[in-house]
Amino acid sequence: MNTMIDIQDIGKKYQINSGTSYLSLRDVLSRGAGRFLKPGRKKKETFWALKDVSFKVGEGERIGIIGRNGAGKSTLLKVISQITPPTTGQIQINGRVASLLEVGTGFHPELTGRENIYFNGAILGLRKKEIDRKLDEIVAFSGVEQFIDTPLKHFSSGMQLRLAFSVAAHLEPEILLIDEVLAVGDMEFQKKCIGKMEEVSRSEGRTILFVSHNMSYISSLCNKAILLEKGSLVKEGGVSEVINEYLTSIRKPFESENHSSNQHNDTVKLLGVRAIDQNGAAKDSFSVNETIRIEMRYEVLRGGSVLWLGYNLHNENGVNIFDTHSVNTELYRKPHEKGVYTAVATIPPHLLNTGNFFVSAAIFNHLERIIYVHEKDITLFHVHDVLDGITARGMSPADFPGIVRPLLEWNINKNE
Amino acid sequence: MEQIKTIIKPSSRTGLHLKELWQYRELLYFFAWKDIRIRYKQTVLGILWAVLQPLGLMLVFVLIFSRSSIAQAAGNIPYEIFVLSGLVIWNLFYTSVSMASESMIRNADIIRKIYFPRLLIPLSATAAALADFLVAFLLFLAFCLFRGQPVHVSALICFPAGIALLLLSSFGLGTLLSALNVKFRDFRYALPFLLQFLFFATHIIYPPSMVPDSWLRQVLALNPVNAAIAIFRYPLDPASADLSMIMMGTASCLLLVVVGLLYFRKTESYFADIV
Repeated sequence: MNTMIDIQDIGKKYQINSGTSYLSLRDVLSRGAGRFLKPGRKKKETFWALKDVSFKVGEGERIGIIGRNGAGKSTLLKVISQITPPTTGQIQINGRVASLLEVGTGFHPELTGRENIYFNGAILGLRKKEIDRKLDEIVAFSGVEQFIDTPLKHFSSGMQLRLAFSVAAHLEPEILLIDEVLAVGDMEFQKKCIGKMEEVSRSEGRTILFVSHNMSYISSLCNKAILLEKGSLVKEGGVSEVINEYLTSIRKPFESENHSSNQHNDTVKLLGVRAIDQNGAAKDSFSVNETIRIEMRYEVLRGGSVLWLGYNLHNENGVNIFDTHSVNTELYRKPHEKGVYTAVATIPPHLLNTGNFFVSAAIFNHLERIIYVHEKDITLFHVHDVLDGITARGMSPADFPGIVRPLLEWNINKNE
Repeated sequence: MEQIKTIIKPSSRTGLHLKELWQYRELLYFFAWKDIRIRYKQTVLGILWAVLQPLGLMLVFVLIFSRSSIAQAAGNIPYEIFVLSGLVIWNLFYTSVSMASESMIRNADIIRKIYFPRLLIPLSATAAALADFLVAFLLFLAFCLFRGQPVHVSALICFPAGIALLLLSSFGLGTLLSALNVKFRDFRYALPFLLQFLFFATHIIYPPSMVPDSWLRQVLALNPVNAAIAIFRYPLDPASADLSMIMMGTASCLLLVVVGLLYFRKTESYFADIV
C-alpha cells in the first residue's frame, strides 16, 4: 500500500494572547516600552495544540480523527492542509489535497448560485474545465435548480447549505480532509452527502481524513481511527476500538489529578466535574424523567475575583444544546474568597432528548474578558428512555425526534 | 495523472514560489472576477462608474483652475487633457492600493479555511483595478480624439510602460499594506490619509514645473506615481519629459515591490492564525 501522508513528530505551538488576536500598533509600542522599563518581566504564555504527532495514512484509507473539543483535531487538519505551518516536524504528502474545513467557504450573498459554484469550486481546487463539466451534476444534486441564477442572498440557509455540500461532494482530489462540516444542515441531505462521499471513496480509493463529533458518521465512513488528547495521539486502530476508548475516557467524571490539564492560572483551579442524581450519587446514565445535576468543584487560590461558572452541553452530533452560567447565584456579582467551592447546576427532568451528552465547563468573567478555565467535553452522560411513566414520547414507537424533548402542558377543550 | 508531492515543514517559506503562483493562475482570475462582479452588483450604471468618477473630477478641476496660472503652466496641452490623463492614472493607483490593502481582511474566512498562495489576494486586487482602468482609458482616448489632441507615436511604448510602472508600484504598496493590515489594524485608518496625501504629492492637477526647484522637488520625484504619469504624458507633450524624475520614481517603485514582497513572505504563513 502506498503511503499518501506521512506525518512525523508534528507539533504546533500557539502563543496565548488575551483579548483580541490581532494587535494595534499602540499595543506593540506600549508593550515595547513596558519591556524596556521592566526587562525580563513579561513572559509570553504558550501552549502546544499538537505535540509529537506521528502517523502514516495509506492509499484508500479513511481515517476518523476523534477527541474532545480542543484536543487538536482541527489544528491537525489545518497543518496538513498548509493553512498554518507546524512548529516542529515534517509532513510528506503524495497527491492533490482538498480540504473541506467549512462548507460554503467564500460564498458571497451578492453572487448568483451559479457564480458561487464557480468561485467556491475554484478555491477548493477544481479547475474551471472540471467545474464546467460537473456543473449540471452539482446543480442537480443540490436540488435548487430553479434558483441557480438568483443571488445567493435570496436562498434560505438550508438551500445555501445544500449548494455548498453539493460542490464539496463533487471534489475529486486524491486526499480529502473534512472537518465537522456535516454537523449542520438537514439530516436527510447530510446522509445523501455521506453516501456520495462513501461511494466515491470506495470505488476510487480516495484517501480521507475525517473529523467529527458524530460517532455514527465516523463508524459509517471510516475504516480506521485515531484518538487525540490534549494535542497528542493516544490511540490508533480500528474504528470501534478507538471510539470505545474515547467514550470510556470521557464517561469518567473529571478529576484534575487524572488529567495533565492545561490550566495555567494562579486564581482558580478546577478540581472536578461530574454528573450526579437527586441524591448526590455520581452516575453516567439517567432516564428522561430524572433530574440531572452537574457538579463542579473548584478551588479559589487567590481571593477577590468575581468568577462566573458555566457549562455547555453538546449532543453526539456536535449540536450545542444550551449554555448555562451561574447568573442567579450571589457569587455572580460578589468576589470569591479563598477556599474550595462546589457549584451545582440542575437540569430539570423532561428537558433533554435521549442520547449521549458532552459537558464542557468554564470559569471565566466576560466583563473582564478573562477565561480562567475552559475544559471542553470534560465529561459525558447518557440519557435513556423509560417505559413506565409519562414522558414526552407518550406511546409513540421508536426514537422521538428533536434536539430537546420537553413535556409541555397541553389543554384540549371541546368547543360548544 | 501527475503525482504531486508536498513537503510541509516549520515555516520555511522563502523565495517567490513563482511556479506555485503559476499553478494557481486560474484562482487569480476567479478572485479578480469575483471582486469585479461584487463591486458592481446592484449598481444601475455598473462599470460606467469607472468613467464617471474621473470625468466628474476633471470637470471640477477645470472649472476651478482653467484660468489660473496652474493651467498656464501645464505646458503645451489643454488643461482638461492634462488633468484627465493624471486622474485616469491616479484612479488606477487609488483603486488598486485601497482594494489590495483591505483584501486580506475581506477574505479572512477563506484564508482561515483554505490553502493557496496568499499573494494571489493582493495580486487579484490589482488585476481587478485594471479592469476599471481599461474602461477609463478608453474614455481618455475618446476624449483625446474628441478634442483633436495629437498623440505622439511613442504612445505605443509609453502608455503600456507608464501603466506597467504604476501597476508594479500599486502592487508593491498594496501588498505591503495588506500584510501590515493583518497584523496592525491601524493601517486601515491611516490609509485614506496616506492616499489623500499622495494625491497632492502627485502631479495630477498641477505640473512638476509648479514645484519650486528645491529639496521638495527631489522628494516628490520619489513618488513612483509621478514617474508613471510622466511616462504616460510624454506622448501628449514630449517637451515635458523629465528623465531624472522617471529614473528616481522607477527606482523607488522597485524598492517598494521588493519591500512589499519580502514583508508579505515573512508574515504570510501566520496569516491564518491572526487574520
